[in-house]
Amino acid sequence: MAKTRTPPEFILERDDYKCIRCLVCVRVCSYGANFYDEKENRVYTENSKCVGCHFCEAVCPTEAITVKRNKFDIKPSAHWTSEELFDVIKQAETGGILLTSMGNDKPQFNYFDRLVLNASQVTNPSIDPLREPMEIRTYLGKKDAYLEIFEENESQVILKTEVSQQLKLEIPVMFSAMSYGSISLNAIKSLARAAETMGTFFNTGEGGLHKDLKRFGKNMIVQCASGRFGVDIDYLNSGAAVEIKIGQGAKPGIGGHLPGEKVTEAISETRMIPVGTDAISPAPHHDIYSIEDLRQLIFAIKEATRYKKPVGVKIAAVHNVAAIASGIVRAGADFVTIDGIRGGTGATPKITRDHVGIPIEFAIAVVDQRLREEGIRHMASVVVAGGIRKSADVVKAIALGADAVYIGTTALVSLGCHLCQRCYLGKCNWGIATQDPKLVKRLNPEIGARRASNLLKAWTLEIKEILGGMGINAIESLRGNREVLRGVGLNERELQILGIKAAGEAW
Amino acid sequence: MRYVIVGSGPAGLSAIESIREVDRDNEVLLVTAEKYVGYSKPLITYLLGKMTEKSKMFYRTEEFLKENDVSILPETKITGLATEDKLLFAENGEKIEYDKLLIATGGRPFISEIEGLKGQDGIFTFTTWEDEEKVENYIKENKIEDAIVLGGGLIGLKTTEALMKLGLKVTIIELSDRILSVTFDRKASEIITRALKKEGCEVITGDTVVRVKGKKRISKITLKSGKEINTQLLIIAIGVKPNVEFLEDSGIDINRGIVVNEKMETSVNDVYAAGDCTEFLDLIDGQRKTIAIWPVAVSQGKVAGYNMVGKDSKYPGGIPMNSVELAGVPTVSVGHTNLIEENGFEVLTFENKDTYKKIVLKDNKIVGAILVNNIDRAGIYTGLILQRIDVSSFKNKLLDENFGFVYLPREFRKMMLEGDVKVWLE
Amino acid sequence: MKRILVREEYCIGCKLCEINCVAAQVGSSNLIKIYRYVPELPEPNLIVEEDEYTTFAIQCRNCDDPMCLKACITGAMHRDSFTGAIRVDKERCVGCWMCVMACPIGVIKRTNDGKKAASKCELCVDRGTPACVENCPNEALVLIEVGE
Ligand SMILES: Cc1cc2nc3c(=O)[nH]c(=O)nc-3n(C[C@H](O)[C@H](O)[C@H](O)COP(=O)(O)OP(=O)(O)OC[C@H]3O[C@@H](n4cnc5c(N)ncnc54)[C@H](O)[C@@H]3O)c2cc1C
Ligand code: SF4
Ligand code: SF4
Repeated sequence: MAKTRTPPEFILERDDYKCIRCLVCVRVCSYGANFYDEKENRVYTENSKCVGCHFCEAVCPTEAITVKRNKFDIKPSAHWTSEELFDVIKQAETGGILLTSMGNDKPQFNYFDRLVLNASQVTNPSIDPLREPMEIRTYLGKKDAYLEIFEENESQVILKTEVSQQLKLEIPVMFSAMSYGSISLNAIKSLARAAETMGTFFNTGEGGLHKDLKRFGKNMIVQCASGRFGVDIDYLNSGAAVEIKIGQGAKPGIGGHLPGEKVTEAISETRMIPVGTDAISPAPHHDIYSIEDLRQLIFAIKEATRYKKPVGVKIAAVHNVAAIASGIVRAGADFVTIDGIRGGTGATPKITRDHVGIPIEFAIAVVDQRLREEGIRHMASVVVAGGIRKSADVVKAIALGADAVYIGTTALVSLGCHLCQRCYLGKCNWGIATQDPKLVKRLNPEIGARRASNLLKAWTLEIKEILGGMGINAIESLRGNREVLRGVGLNERELQILGIKAAGEAW
Repeated sequence: MRYVIVGSGPAGLSAIESIREVDRDNEVLLVTAEKYVGYSKPLITYLLGKMTEKSKMFYRTEEFLKENDVSILPETKITGLATEDKLLFAENGEKIEYDKLLIATGGRPFISEIEGLKGQDGIFTFTTWEDEEKVENYIKENKIEDAIVLGGGLIGLKTTEALMKLGLKVTIIELSDRILSVTFDRKASEIITRALKKEGCEVITGDTVVRVKGKKRISKITLKSGKEINTQLLIIAIGVKPNVEFLEDSGIDINRGIVVNEKMETSVNDVYAAGDCTEFLDLIDGQRKTIAIWPVAVSQGKVAGYNMVGKDSKYPGGIPMNSVELAGVPTVSVGHTNLIEENGFEVLTFENKDTYKKIVLKDNKIVGAILVNNIDRAGIYTGLILQRIDVSSFKNKLLDENFGFVYLPREFRKMMLEGDVKVWLE
Repeated sequence: MKRILVREEYCIGCKLCEINCVAAQVGSSNLIKIYRYVPELPEPNLIVEEDEYTTFAIQCRNCDDPMCLKACITGAMHRDSFTGAIRVDKERCVGCWMCVMACPIGVIKRTNDGKKAASKCELCVDRGTPACVENCPNEALVLIEVGE
């Protein structure tokens, strides 16, 4: 059957007066959307090829380009948006699963924006973070239930308990797992350097460890996922902690698939698989069908790392998240990572991304609550991910009960990502989600590291500012302090689950 | 300590520069037969053709000499040298003592046997500013309208171009079967000949002047072929030879030019030589010869200067190279370009209308290059020749329109782009 | 002395450097007006070379011992005593192309305005930061200090 002519998603407007025919846009577009007509001496755009990544717009030296969304107006319907319409058309044509990238983009899943924070007025003084010390350093790992102290004399005290291994974070924000393969080496290098500068951590993801990244071990969490790509004893010992990945927010319940054409020589080396073969991460770990199995793996890894490295477990936020988290903590994990429905990814079926899982806000609240109720909250730290875009989100997540957050998409946005959601095509114009050497070059890790560090620097300032405003001088005092939160426009049940009051309700 | 430099050409002046770089205190004396000091010989044809002005003739100005605190003896021709006494003898009777001496006397025009040359006005060689002044005045005073240039080498052709710019009708007479036979190959010569003819120049090859006639002033020449041409101006430009006669009984080793080593030392202690008056290694064929070109003179002068002040410096050898724009055709010739495949050389060529490129290789190393009309990025070839780079991995790209560093081995490129570019001087 | 460091691993081949070099030579930063109203634009004083995955911009290396200086017969090619940059005095230059022949990087060009003079990157010494360095979106070109 003939193809339905679908209108372009974006329209590139080029101001012909401003266009100097330098052809920068023609040269840079990896989708080949821009072209030059020599006879007419004019630059044109094939709008249907444009994915809306805005790269050409960013490099056009005369600001001649504006990339706009094509408002494809169909007859208004409460049920049918143009997105729904085109999804049906695409499937009618291809008969396949719809693929997409990045996190869920639907409005109904965002709760952070419906939470507001408190501030001191009259009865309790606020603190000026520029004048007074403000502590946001965070330690991740098991906190021992009690400490044994030996008092030699009045001035000398010796700690007898061997304190569990901790990860020291200068700011409670880490870069989440993004594998070499899903993003470029330059992107990872940027984040690794930024983590080093800022005193936090990046996560290798399930892709193994490229040799250039070994030197960042001190600031690295290595991941062990169902495909076990690149996992060996050296790998497990090369970072500061190990994270077992069970699931991720953008695709709970399904595995991963890196097509063979993306398995280049370098990637084959780090993943430890032959060049050109598909890298398939099964949906489950085939050796984990119960919490007991998980415990075995946790301790196998602890054994392999001589109990020197905290071991965490990452799951997607699903309906039963609280119970699962509790099981994970009891299985011996030093930290639990929970990834909400808005979590990003390099490639996922649209149906999974958009319909499976729960918003992270609820997950944080119920997990924190459950662990407290069971008296095991201290046994593991809770790291949350999936939709943290700004420092306010960090503050709210911690107030809801998290110890620290992971940022993925936001980190990539700091590197240049414009959220076109086409990571799965591997042609990222910003040099992030691609392995094409010509495109990878576009991300200079020096610049990337500077930008990602700047983001964290800015957040540090903002978090301190907000804490000070609330009269709090240590992030410790914010953790699980839901009194500082109020909900706006939430129903009673939602407020209850989140464990917060509605705006206007006093203490 | 007194450094004496004989000759104010580029070799002498660049030696002064390097001496002063190291030693700012001791005396530097520049002795030259020239009236003008610091002017550029190659510019005389530009001056004659009004393509530059008198004020721009000095490539090193008076300030340069002042800044470098140089004492100057102009119009002082040296006629003898007593190395055991470290004494120079000048034509005007002056005796000059030295501690370290640099001979940088360059070359002087070669004149062949021509009947009736003596005592005729209107016959000139063309290598100094004084020559230029004489020719310019002669043309003006006598309202000269045509000229004969004997010799189709670079100087002859540049002079031809200058004369044509003044509106003269010029005939070039060249003994070999084509002009520029030393610098270029047949094809390139043809293109340049065509361009010259198009501008109204007559080119006679395979012939030479055997007799000159005239009463006090030249009026007619006779060629070997018997042909006679009326003319009132004859420029003889058939070559230059090292200016070394005054050293004949000095004990310094002289072959064709002054024999020097890589430190530019002559066979006698404390006497150095540099520039057109010397002979040294041709990097391509390993032969000792005079490579009478500006850049070689500058490089040798620099090395000589350093060694004179005790700073160790070596000149590895040079290669012939020349560039010139004639009749609107820019050209470059580097290295040895007349070598042929029969003798084990590989020749690559590119031709498109009047654009011509040729690369000569031996054992996968470039030994020569000719570029006519499109001379962009010519220097890359020069660099490849001088550094003796094996080009086998990118040989097929050498004549590409976009030939550049992108095709060169990454290591070499990195070195050139990131390291210090050092080609001639170690 | 300054030199522009070329980092080919970061050059994206956009040629913004070339475009901005042209503008700097014209002496304006208004690209639109320059491209619209200047009839005969100068050629950029740097070249972006490309071959498959390799791209980089290349311009005068400001050598320690420059071949062009040794080859120049007029003194037009000179080292700026203040900045150390190799510059060409277009008024003195006669267009003998000795420097074009000698420069091993091949980055000295003939001007295209009919003047018969050599043209090369002079590190934008009159402008401040080189235009190419300033406008490279990926810091593939950076100005560094070399030598003493
Ligand atoms: C018309 C013309 C055009 C040229 N064009 C080019 C060109 O385009 N490219 C190129 O590479 N080369 C060119 N050359 C060649 C170039 O000029 C020489 O290679 C260069 O000048 C050699 O420098 P030098 O210092 O060795 O000798 P010179 O420049 O010849 O200087 C010799 C100096 O020694 C002085 N001198 C000589 N004998 C005595 C003595 N007995 N006592 C005192 N002083 C003495 C002379 O007066 C002169 O000052 C050209 C030459 C000429 C004449
Ligand atoms: S502006 Fe920078 S990235 Fe673009 S071509 Fe020039 S050097 Fe390369
Ligand atoms: S072209 Fe100009 S700058 Fe270059 S060597 Fe000749 S005179 Fe000097």
